[in-house]
Amino acid sequence: MDCYTANWNPLGEEAFYRKFELYTMEWGLKEDLRDCLVAAAPYGGPIALLKNNARKEKSPSTRPLLEIYSASGLLLASIPWKSGQLVQLGWTASEDLLCIQEDGTVLIYNLFCEFKRHFSMGNEVLQNHVLEAKVFHTEYGTGVAILTGAHRFSLTTNIDDLKLRRMPEVPGLQKPPSCWAVLTQDRVTIVLLAVGQDLYLLDNTSCSVVDKLCEFNSTIRSPPKQMVWCTRPRSRQRAVVVAWDRQLMVAGDSTECIRFVLDEDSYLVPEPDGVRILSRTSHEFLHEIPEASQEIFKIASMAPGALLLEAQKEYEKESQKADEYLREIKDQKLLPEAVSQCIEAAGYEHEPETQKSLLRAASFGKCFIDKFPPESFVRMCQDLRVLNSIRDYQIGIPLTFTQYKRLTVEVLLDRLVLRRLYPLAIRICEYLRLPEIQGVSRILAHWACYKVQQKDKSDEEVAYAINQKLGDTPGISYSEIAARAYDCGRTELAIKLLEYEPRSGEQVPLLLKMKRSKLALSKAIESGDTDLVYTVVLHLKNELNRGTFFMTLQNQPVALSLYRQFCKHQERETLKDLYNQDDNHQELGNFHVHSSYSEKRIEGRVGALQNAVDEYYKAKNEFAAKATEDQIKLLRLQRHLQEDFDKPYLDLSLHNTVSTLIQDGHHKKAEQLYRDFKIPDKRYWWLKISALATRGDWEEMEKFSKSKKSPIGYLPFVEIAVKHHNRYEAKKYAPRVTPEQRVKAFILVGDLEQAADAAIEHKNEAEMNLVLSKCSAATDSAVMEKLNRARAQLLKK
Amino acid sequence: MASTARRDAPEPPDFGILKRLARDQLIYLLEQLPGRKDLFIEPDLMSPLDRIANVSVLKQHEVDKLYRVENRPAPSTSDQLCFLVRPRVRTMRYIADIVNADKMSGRSRKYKIIFSPQKFYACEMVLEEEGVFGDVTCDEWSFYLLPLDEDIISMELPEFFRDYFLEGDHRWINSVARALQLLNSLYGPFSRVYGIGRCAKMSYELWRDLEEESENDGQGRKPEIGNIFLMDRDMDYVTALCSQVVYEGLVDDTFRIKCGSVDFGPEVTSSDKSIKVLLNAQDKIFSQIRNEHFSSVFGFLSQKSRNLQAQYDRRQGMDIKQMKNFVSQELKGLKQEHRLLSLHIGACESIMKKKTKQDFQEMIKVEHALLEGFDIRESTSFIEEHIDRQVSPIESLRLMCLLSITENGLIPKDYRSLKTQYLQSYGPEHLLTFHNLKRIGLLTEQAAGETLTAVESRVSKLVTDRAAGKITDAFNSLAKKSNFRAISKKLSLIPRVDGEYNLKMPPDMAYVFSGAYTPLSCKIVEQVLERRGWQGLEEVVRLLNGNEFAMADGAPEDGAGGDAQRVVVAVFLGGCTFSEIAALRFLGKERGCRFIFLTTAITSSARMMEAMAEAKA
Repeated sequence: MDCYTANWNPLGEEAFYRKFELYTMEWGLKEDLRDCLVAAAPYGGPIALLKNNARKEKSPSTRPLLEIYSASGLLLASIPWKSGQLVQLGWTASEDLLCIQEDGTVLIYNLFCEFKRHFSMGNEVLQNHVLEAKVFHTEYGTGVAILTGAHRFSLTTNIDDLKLRRMPEVPGLQKPPSCWAVLTQDRVTIVLLAVGQDLYLLDNTSCSVVDKLCEFNSTIRSPPKQMVWCTRPRSRQRAVVVAWDRQLMVAGDSTECIRFVLDEDSYLVPEPDGVRILSRTSHEFLHEIPEASQEIFKIASMAPGALLLEAQKEYEKESQKADEYLREIKDQKLLPEAVSQCIEAAGYEHEPETQKSLLRAASFGKCFIDKFPPESFVRMCQDLRVLNSIRDYQIGIPLTFTQYKRLTVEVLLDRLVLRRLYPLAIRICEYLRLPEIQGVSRILAHWACYKVQQKDKSDEEVAYAINQKLGDTPGISYSEIAARAYDCGRTELAIKLLEYEPRSGEQVPLLLKMKRSKLALSKAIESGDTDLVYTVVLHLKNELNRGTFFMTLQNQPVALSLYRQFCKHQERETLKDLYNQDDNHQELGNFHVHSSYSEKRIEGRVGALQNAVDEYYKAKNEFAAKATEDQIKLLRLQRHLQEDFDKPYLDLSLHNTVSTLIQDGHHKKAEQLYRDFKIPDKRYWWLKISALATRGDWEEMEKFSKSKKSPIGYLPFVEIAVKHHNRYEAKKYAPRVTPEQRVKAFILVGDLEQAADAAIEHKNEAEMNLVLSKCSAATDSAVMEKLNRARAQLLKK
Repeated sequence: MASTARRDAPEPPDFGILKRLARDQLIYLLEQLPGRKDLFIEPDLMSPLDRIANVSVLKQHEVDKLYRVENRPAPSTSDQLCFLVRPRVRTMRYIADIVNADKMSGRSRKYKIIFSPQKFYACEMVLEEEGVFGDVTCDEWSFYLLPLDEDIISMELPEFFRDYFLEGDHRWINSVARALQLLNSLYGPFSRVYGIGRCAKMSYELWRDLEEESENDGQGRKPEIGNIFLMDRDMDYVTALCSQVVYEGLVDDTFRIKCGSVDFGPEVTSSDKSIKVLLNAQDKIFSQIRNEHFSSVFGFLSQKSRNLQAQYDRRQGMDIKQMKNFVSQELKGLKQEHRLLSLHIGACESIMKKKTKQDFQEMIKVEHALLEGFDIRESTSFIEEHIDRQVSPIESLRLMCLLSITENGLIPKDYRSLKTQYLQSYGPEHLLTFHNLKRIGLLTEQAAGETLTAVESRVSKLVTDRAAGKITDAFNSLAKKSNFRAISKKLSLIPRVDGEYNLKMPPDMAYVFSGAYTPLSCKIVEQVLERRGWQGLEEVVRLLNGNEFAMADGAPEDGAGGDAQRVVVAVFLGGCTFSEIAALRFLGKERGCRFIFLTTAITSSARMMEAMAEAKA
């Protein structure tokens, strides 16, 4: 094996830097990179390239070409550039491409060169043009900063929530600064710029001179092309990579520096733990060697990890030296540390072979420790497997372990989904055993949303394919997929997909959006959620003309009754229209009766009731019609009575009207009503005697009782007189009571003797007992004797 | 009937937690509007609220003044108004008027509406139409279940009956499903579910859906309630229409029990003021007589008062020390008991007075005749006389309905004449009431050759339409026969007894109607629980128009599962009466199981009739 540290370059006392190749670029680029606009997204993201941009003559054949490549140089998409002159390309945090035009317009594309939207950096930029632009990342999202032709800075900190900010003028700035950058600290965004020898900080209000942290002299006279930080997290060393045409320099705090020769034009991509270097033929990574790796691989290192690695190698060679090394570590009680070191270092290695040997060493060392928690080892194995699979040049995402941990697996999955690498994403989910709802389901849903956009397949095919793959996977929302299908203009497909949605409530909003309101209505009803039904009904009301709206409701009784309930309280007139539409004369009649209640004037009431009568006749409900006619008649009559007698008669029932008339002595009028309204005899008699009794008009009552044979018999006369405590009058009627009720009548009037006689006459034992129970020994002894005798006789027979 | 291995019924679960949950949520909602505020309360919600949180609790959370939501404009001067309301369009208009009046006078206040038990979209629609949607904030107080007693839980939604059965409005089904979900999550999982009726079925299905969506399975928790039985009120109108003769039912019929308490007027208290009495298991006197037939109540009460007197009398012949003991320990209890006893005696007297005035015996006789189906002509004339003499509009209506429903509708001549009489006696506005009664199926005409009206035929067409299968016809009771006579025969609801029916030691549930009739609803529950399903009841189910269901979800075998398997929640959608409660309590005692009653509201014949009346707006 070559010396592992051959490509290590020291910088200062402690730090080493190495540069190694990630990929040989596959893109077969003919142009020089310097002739193209280049932008590569951090975290191993895609590379955007605009060719032919510089040429001013715009013949159609040599139109600029926008291409997007994976980090390994595989073409993802390309389009001829037809919009305005571009100044700068950049990537957002969610891997959208920002194309900044000279006129300040920013166009946003996804990584398949599909246009998403655009926005403008404002009028001032439009007038003065963009000299330079930079895309930067803040806590809020992705920002864009612009240096205008008037040497002023404009910026926005979040392109998704566009707020343009114009920075104050830099005093004495006559030409573009030689160099500038956007910094964010504590949610404040500032611009750092170099004017001649001085550095200025430009914040919202002012421009101030800043002190230098340190100075380094490169001894190269031409200005560098690019300059980026190259520092790993928690490093004690600060370093900057500076690129010239043919030279790369790593400079830090110390006076020395590392120099690399560049064979080709190169482009630097800053990463959180190093720098990627792109050129026509290769893609390299330059970074500071992490501590764990240093400890293990430094020449003649006696660190526990280094010893463990050595021990394992000897063990494989079946050498007893293995034991010596191991003993040495164990004596220092550093074995756990050694294992941890090996595990950690494995993460920093790009070559699977080196990863394996470190992991083997860790695994070997683990055997000699009683209780070494396995999680860190297992997790590292899993992580490396994921990383190696995405680093494959077919996928082309060269994430380092540090970047991966910072990005998190969820975001990595998002990025795979963004690249439409669904199978890989699902494999990773399954491999890492992520919960279905966050993992597989989510990815399948994304897949389905992409699938519906495939226009070459029929609706049936797509719907079937989606259902086959998705089935009832938990957390899948078919309505979301359907919504996407609808957005792509595939309404029929959307409806098919909605059929798979188990929650009918979820189907409704989309169906409404697709103007399938009737279907939406039945789905809403199916869901049992009346609020949803209301939503649809209201929607229908606005969407359809009134006639169609009513027709639709007529076929959906549940919705209809809900709407009626609403109308009853809120829009009574609509209710009428609703019944009219349906020729529901019965309900129309009821409606008019109801309206008559709210009419103040008699004429109004009569009018409303008359309408009701008409409707009832149309409904062939003669009973209701007649009853309402009677009501009208009664109303009119009551008004007359009210005028004639100056007493409130309105709203009394017929019974009470007649009763009041009699009580007031208007017998003629009462008689007339009795005939006019065909009051049944029985009722009239009941009514009349109780009214007369209330009035105390016993004379009239007697006269009435003799007018003809009572249809209710004479017991009521007795009862009513007794009720009014008039025993004298009551007694008059008792003898006229039918024989069957006579005993009861006599008891009521308190004439026990006659009661007894009647009972004896009937030879009825129960009646005799009844009378007996009313007798008191003190006063009625004669009657009791008589009864007892009769009863005894009766029993004898 | 009493089984040999008779077990004591298990204790009911503690439903106090329902109150605590409701109270905590209300307090949380009130605190969402920090600072002093005036609270407007829907009149219907006042009694339930009182059972959950009293005024001092409200004051603690910065409620300044309390107002009733009424038609009068509110005089409140507070800068923050909070409305605690049922989700009704009418109330929304009331609130909108207040907000709009404030706007007109240039006054700015904060408004918050708390809907109980849930918000309906229609309410928001009205707020929007009135232009105040942006001015108010809305919240929901998920107060679905109010425990009225140790075994009665009410949703306090009397309007459920009319809304669902008459208007075909399905809004409350969602609330029922949520209530079931709540109950299941606290006391379940229920392992056996039975039910009958369209609404019961829809509620059950919706509840299932909710359970599936929430996905928090109660596995591993020990259930306190094992069985649940859901029933629609329209399965059995007859029972609800009968005069009640158990004490609690009579008290309800006579004085109206409201939210578990009753106002005894001066005629009962024999003083000049009314007394509000909480009627529940805590009342030692009441708990012993509530389920008794009225005829045994007087005897019990006089016995009780003699005992009480005896305990007082022990004072004679006590020495100082004993006396001290007596005063400090027993006297208070005795006094309390004494107070309750005199109240209940007063109530009994008052009931007696009222009933004798109305020829109660006569009426009961007619009711029994109707239930058994003889002397129909005489009963009809009795009803006619009842109407002619203007005895009571509600009672007359009730008798007419009872006649109709037991006879599968009135014969056309009677239908016409009774209605005419009624209109003449009680006023023409009842024309609309009759229309409602017909629609709901309570007062119908015997169809000679099934002449359906236009609407009816359309509806029935819809029902057969497969697409409309799940829709359900909103007018389900239209053209539906009650088939009471056939069902009664099938289930032998009219007990055959030799000699006198023993009301003091009743042999079966029929005692709640003096031994003349076993309540149909309770009989169905009994039969289904006994058979663990609907097998063998196919004919009855057919006569009841189907929609039955039964589900046993991992139910433990007989004997296993502990006490929970002997606890049954009987859910009455559309209300249940105290007679039904008494009957099932009796059944529970016989079978060693415990019934818990969950109802949309406590109902009675009068409440049902009033719900059908068309209010003069």
